[in-house]
Amino acid sequence: MADFFAMGGYAGYVWPAYAASLLVLVTAIVTALHGHAKARENVRRLELEVGEDDKGP
Amino acid sequence: MAVSMTRITVLANPKRFLDYSSVLLPWTGGLAFVLLAVGLYWALFETPPDYQQHETVKIMFVHVPAAWMGIFVYSLIAGASLGGLVFRHPLSDVAAKSAAPLGAAFTALALVTGSLWGRPTWGTYWQWGDARLVSELLLLFIYFGYIALWNAIDDPTRAAKAAAVLALVGAADLPIIHFSVEWWNTLHQPNNTLVLGGGGIDPAFLWPLLIMALGYTVLFVWLWLLRMRTEIFERRARALMMAKGA
Repeated sequence: MADFFAMGGYAGYVWPAYAASLLVLVTAIVTALHGHAKARENVRRLELEVGEDDKGP
Repeated sequence: MAVSMTRITVLANPKRFLDYSSVLLPWTGGLAFVLLAVGLYWALFETPPDYQQHETVKIMFVHVPAAWMGIFVYSLIAGASLGGLVFRHPLSDVAAKSAAPLGAAFTALALVTGSLWGRPTWGTYWQWGDARLVSELLLLFIYFGYIALWNAIDDPTRAAKAAAVLALVGAADLPIIHFSVEWWNTLHQPNNTLVLGGGGIDPAFLWPLLIMALGYTVLFVWLWLLRMRTEIFERRARALMMAKGA
């Protein structure tokens, strides 16, 4: 197990590369999901508000 | 009559897109996680050290897919931009705009992981004299410029047109990135992942690499769908706000 983490002496290069990838991709996922949920909720709320006096086409 | 027809098409396409994409979302998201889990396990635990690069070759599995995606996403943006300028499809600028931050993220990852791979194998994190490195950095700046241009212009129609022109001009960097390793033979190795008739990368590395690349692609599709839907919701919200104000 320790061998695995040591990466043949290249741990200082391999793990930062994997950590950076994980960090960026997880951030992209969280921002996309959060933005999507927020925008959908906002439209739903506005449709209810506007729908009361404007049925629209 | 003409006006109402245009209005129906404009409304109908995003509506249909919202319907289809809501079915695709859980499948693409789920598939991305499965592919990335399998790819990561295979890459980290089931591949041997390279006979020249030793364990640094593990960086390849996160570097090459990110670099491919940076270029692939930009080609999609350029294609959608051309479609937007020529055919005025109502979703083309939504598609292009939503893809850009994802493409920029992949390109940034390609640069960072490449730099971490370069230090132990080439002896340097960065070299201004290497055309592949510099043209890849240029791609990141083109992404930044494209995103900044969208944010700088308030009118969405004008913003879409200006951004589309920038996207098409910037596409000139794509062949430079691709052929840089053949035109200027400096640090970065030539393209050798898929070589017909053998002589390329060993299958022990190729399969996990392809699974990781597919995982990155499906992950991108999932996030792209989410971001396109977000953009459509935001435009609809703006229209509703205006209706409310009127």
